[in-house]
Amino acid sequence: MTGYEPRLIGFLCNCCGYAVADLAGISRIQYPTNISFLRLMCCRRLDPSIVLEALSEGVDGVMITTCSLGGCNFIRNHEQVEEKIRFTKRLLEKAGFEPERVTLEYLFASEGRKFADQVDKFIESVRALGPSPVSGDSPDKVILLNLRAAKAVAENYRMRALVGKEEKLVKEGNIYGEPVTQEELDTVMDDALENEYVHQKIRLTLLEEPASVKKLSEKLGIDSKKVLEHIVAMRQLGWVDIKEVLGNSPIYVAQEVHE
Amino acid sequence: MPAESSSPRVGVFICRCGVDIGGVVDVPELVEYVKGLPGVAYAVEDSFACSTSGLEKIEGAIKQHGLERVVVAACTPRTHEAVFQSACERGGLNRYLVEMANIREQCSWVHRSDPRAATEKAKGLVGMAVAKARLLQPWEEPEVKANPNILIIGGGVSGLSSALSLADLGFKVHIVEKEAELGGMLRGLHKLFPTMQDSSESLQGIIGQVWHNRNITIHTSSRVRSVGGTISNFEVEVESGRKAVVRLNVGRIIVATGADVLTPHGLYGYGNDDRIVTQLDLEGRLKNGTLKGVGSVVMIQCVGSRNDERPYCSRICCNTALKNAQILKEINPDMDVYILYRDLLTHGVESSALELDAKMKGVKLIRYRAENPPEVTSGDDAVVVKVFSPTVNEEMILRADLVVLSTPLVPRGEASELSGMLGLPLDSLGFFKEAHQLSPLDFATEGIYACGAARAPKDAVESISEGLGVASRAAEYKFSRRRGRGAAFAEIDEKKCSGCGICIELCPYNAIKKNEIGISSADNTLCGGCGVCAASCPERAITIHSFTDDQLEAQLVAAIGRRLGK
Repeated sequence: MTGYEPRLIGFLCNCCGYAVADLAGISRIQYPTNISFLRLMCCRRLDPSIVLEALSEGVDGVMITTCSLGGCNFIRNHEQVEEKIRFTKRLLEKAGFEPERVTLEYLFASEGRKFADQVDKFIESVRALGPSPVSGDSPDKVILLNLRAAKAVAENYRMRALVGKEEKLVKEGNIYGEPVTQEELDTVMDDALENEYVHQKIRLTLLEEPASVKKLSEKLGIDSKKVLEHIVAMRQLGWVDIKEVLGNSPIYVAQEVHE
Repeated sequence: MPAESSSPRVGVFICRCGVDIGGVVDVPELVEYVKGLPGVAYAVEDSFACSTSGLEKIEGAIKQHGLERVVVAACTPRTHEAVFQSACERGGLNRYLVEMANIREQCSWVHRSDPRAATEKAKGLVGMAVAKARLLQPWEEPEVKANPNILIIGGGVSGLSSALSLADLGFKVHIVEKEAELGGMLRGLHKLFPTMQDSSESLQGIIGQVWHNRNITIHTSSRVRSVGGTISNFEVEVESGRKAVVRLNVGRIIVATGADVLTPHGLYGYGNDDRIVTQLDLEGRLKNGTLKGVGSVVMIQCVGSRNDERPYCSRICCNTALKNAQILKEINPDMDVYILYRDLLTHGVESSALELDAKMKGVKLIRYRAENPPEVTSGDDAVVVKVFSPTVNEEMILRADLVVLSTPLVPRGEASELSGMLGLPLDSLGFFKEAHQLSPLDFATEGIYACGAARAPKDAVESISEGLGVASRAAEYKFSRRRGRGAAFAEIDEKKCSGCGICIELCPYNAIKKNEIGISSADNTLCGGCGVCAASCPERAITIHSFTDDQLEAQLVAAIGRRLGK
């Protein structure tokens, strides 16, 4: 892979991440130019869809630097950021995209040297992975569609509600006060994730071009029976409709979704 | 938000910062590149953008070129954003229409060996800032109204110092103290390090001033029952001993609830033998003059601290032990006084002098190792303490008339209740925690401060300093009305919100409440703009101003320089 220079984006929280990046500068600690940083007030702002957006745009890797435990004003900062990044990585795996292209680092505002080391290390690890399959002018269309579907899942009401209630469901039980174990919840989440993900892939494919179940099955490599099940469910949600019937097979078209 | 023209005119000011930026980044090339970016109406370089003349140039250019957004490519916004915001305000532009590109700390300074690549990176950074600037919206900061009433929870030395300082500035101060008397921990202490002044003497002076100050109202045998409202308008219910409830409306709240001294139940025979006491017990005996017939004293340091349960050093116990050892030697120079320590924390001028002084008076310091702690056995005529000294590599047997255990300061039980009531986070040990290590007097909830031993173990002098420190923080709003957190805040779209309440549970600032129809509503005077609500809202009904989805996306697109169809 000669001449490949990874292009990376880093998200920094204002109180530690951005401060430590500034400190590396003040200390004149040198690191390569492959990474550019975006300032956030706090890394809890990182909606998984933002990270997925960055990756769909073709960036080779995303680094997130936030406060070390004890360095942040909020004790639960860690859990809340970590939960989001875990979910993001789960979606990336679904999309067949290397989750290692996303890294979450914790630093105190005083660790300029360590920050530069982490940047070096991450650049090298992404360099070893090679260019993102969706970078450049001719991105891998299948993976790009997958990433977009993953992003749509991250923006989907049902998934967000599940992620948002996760902690409460495990700690306090459901609305009937029945305890929910982490395993039960994981199963529900996995099912929901798989379901939403396929929904979104079908929707995005239909947005490109209306298609029959057979055509969708070919395009997405999903069993036609399964595709039909999804189409039926999606029709009930008002996500797809029949455009026309060609021969015996209906041609489906994506509908504008108002959640 | 007032409607703006669809493509606002952006002015870009690129600072050379002498040679700090200009010596690495090719600034003229950068200016030419920036002129070609969408939305840029004007771009210029300057040698020092933050100088008086540099700022005047920005002000002038805003007027002359009709600029609607400003990008300053220079150093870090963490230090200079406010400077450029004020310049824009003077130029007639809302202060929140400025975006900075950090081409110094995060570019020229860290890429000095590769000017070409640094110039290319700078182009990307300025491009990102321009893309974001085009989407910035003006904001008028809500004015925080002045409320001259201040509540101080805790009438120890820290809270009392705050109270006097604020009362002298003209604030009306209410002190709520759970005990029947003011004074807190100091009431039980003998002499204070380093002045060796009588604790009661110092305390009576402060308490006298507090009682005679017309601006201070004292509520003893009372506790705070509930706190509602926001900065400048907190509604507080105070319950007094006779269950009478007083309602107060205050602008600021200071928490000065202090700490407890750990009672070492079951450690080194404490509780089974009244010759085994804590430093606090010893202070009491010295104070009352009830220490009689004692010829030999052994003090043991780090009792119940620096272990798995309490991994911290309580900071004050070494000084306390040395001070009390010295006092014992003054009472009776023939008394045998031993201090068994793990590490002796005598930092600073006064503390080092104290150590030396104690040694000169004949106090014997013996080290022990955590894995091999002293053994204490009660005998009929004395308490026997066995200690292995790694310094001389042998076991010593000491006979003591009194064994004094130095136990740490621990968080008070009521801290967690107060933490919840006030939205004031605790650290993992249970002490109140500041907003950031480098902002030691600011806290998560605006208008609420904590000081003294409630924050971490502290001695009297440190507690007073911190009490005065937070008093000055609390008093600042008499002179400045700014919210101080910039234009980053959450706004919830009532039409989209389903009232699920996820954001309310996540919000670390207690800034989101349900309104009368069950829909979430965010108070922008409390919101810190962290964005956890927006990142989690199932309906995606929450906008974080200054960090909107659109703005972040625009920055990403500008950074990657590619835009494929959505």
